[in-house]
Amino acid sequence: MKLFKRKNYIPLTTRTETLPNTKKAAAETEAPAVPDGAWVKCRHCQKLIYKKEMDEYQLCPKCGGHFRIGAAERLAITCDEGTFVEYDADMVSENPMGYPNYGKIIAKAQEKSGTKDGVVCGRCKIDGIDAVIAVMDSNFMMASMGSVVGEKITRAIERATQMKMPLVIFTASGGARMQEGIISLMQMAKTSAALRKHSEAGLLYITVVTDPTTGGVSASFANLGDIILAEPKAVIGFAGRRVIEGTINEKLPEDFQTSEFQLEHGFVDKIVDRRKMKATLAKLLRMHSCKGGFGK
Amino acid sequence: MRSAAEIVAESRKVQRPTSLEFIRNIFDDFIELHGDRAFADDKAIVGGIAMLGDMAVTVIGVQKGHTVSENVKRRFGAPNPDGYRKTVRLMKQAEKFKRPVVTFINTMGAYPGVGAEERGQGEAIARCLFETAGLKVPVISIFIGEGGSGGALALAAGDRVWMLENGMYAVLSPEGFASILWRDPSRSGEAAELMKLTAKDLLKNGVIEKIIPEPEEGLENRLEFTTDIIKKELSQELAKLCEKTTEELLEERYERFRKFGEFKE
Repeated sequence: MKLFKRKNYIPLTTRTETLPNTKKAAAETEAPAVPDGAWVKCRHCQKLIYKKEMDEYQLCPKCGGHFRIGAAERLAITCDEGTFVEYDADMVSENPMGYPNYGKIIAKAQEKSGTKDGVVCGRCKIDGIDAVIAVMDSNFMMASMGSVVGEKITRAIERATQMKMPLVIFTASGGARMQEGIISLMQMAKTSAALRKHSEAGLLYITVVTDPTTGGVSASFANLGDIILAEPKAVIGFAGRRVIEGTINEKLPEDFQTSEFQLEHGFVDKIVDRRKMKATLAKLLRMHSCKGGFGK
Repeated sequence: MRSAAEIVAESRKVQRPTSLEFIRNIFDDFIELHGDRAFADDKAIVGGIAMLGDMAVTVIGVQKGHTVSENVKRRFGAPNPDGYRKTVRLMKQAEKFKRPVVTFINTMGAYPGVGAEERGQGEAIARCLFETAGLKVPVISIFIGEGGSGGALALAAGDRVWMLENGMYAVLSPEGFASILWRDPSRSGEAAELMKLTAKDLLKNGVIEKIIPEPEEGLENRLEFTTDIIKKELSQELAKLCEKTTEELLEERYERFRKFGEFKE
């Protein structure tokens, strides 16, 4: 098997230096510690990929499939170095429905993902052009939209309107945050209304739809871009595959609700490879800030 | 006092009067208009022009049926994208002729189907929200039965949202909620209590402005009790809203939704 012929071995580390000297830590040092998540399965070609083989774009070395990436990684490959200034970094959720243990669920998700909630917003330069940017992070509760995601996105839009700046949102979301109930649903109307003002001010809004963008986010800001770009083979849709299969009692085709499906049906302007995304955004931003034009 | 689960059951009862029955009871001279001018005429959404006193209004409603065959035709009141596009078309028409818009909501949610996704269910709902946010005429929405998810919100993003005593409105059905969070749809009763989906709960958190009472003998037995109240309330509220400037109307509508969210920083 090819797997065992590989020259790059998994580095085995002992954890005595980093862990406090407890009984548990001592027990762990006896067994070889295989680092978590060193190998990942590509959801496109189903092959096992050694993570360190992938560069900052996180593409499958075998098939070029796009892995999901977090907000920090996304900002690093999108913004000009050192230009990103974050907004509302410390905002965290309350518990509007009194959902049992919601605080604990949030704390666990924060620990797991290393982010406070499902979106990071701020301003930056993209190839020298100022823009307000929001990046959703599916590592945090599948970037579901509750109060924090809704409020941070709305504030980002409002700031872009005030500063007369273009807006770029990278979407990824499982939909509305169930645990915040009806308040989550209201975020759809709130973000859409804010985009209305941004649009009425004649400003540009570019959506970049990434895997997965579904439910309430697809039925609000993800689908309201003046220009809608998508990453290849992202799942984009309103109702979930299983819900539809359950309703119509049929198995759905493989390519159902992919970026390519949405392009074919007229809901995506262009599918862009992640390595070309920054250049494409820069080009579009530049075309919308040119000096010439009717009545200008 | 009914429990939340009992209210959910009441809101879905097959005898419960539908949007067309409300429209015919409340307004005069209703003329139904059809089609989205793009793909289809979705029978899960009805709309048209009607008179309320001496004022013409555009009325739009999600339509269920009372019989199986009618429900199949109307997809049990679960609209396709074509229905939401018809809604936007009629709202823009209302704006052009300065007619207020009144919507009636009674849906478990947008239809989950292959065609619906092919024609952009998400885009169609998003467009409703976007266009309502800037619509230069008053919009009042009334939940007459169940209200589920973005498929209900699409028709309820205006200036006032009212609900009948036994109506409900939630991020999704209690069955779906129990299934997603606990992987057990049979716990829907428990979910209904937790979800704060009754008119009283929604009035408390500002999602709706008014609860419309229903007759003791059951809505289907004395609909005029409730429609008379709606007619009076609508006339008064629309008169008030029509006094506002466009800027006031749109700014207050913006604030109505801007306020939602509970967070700390």
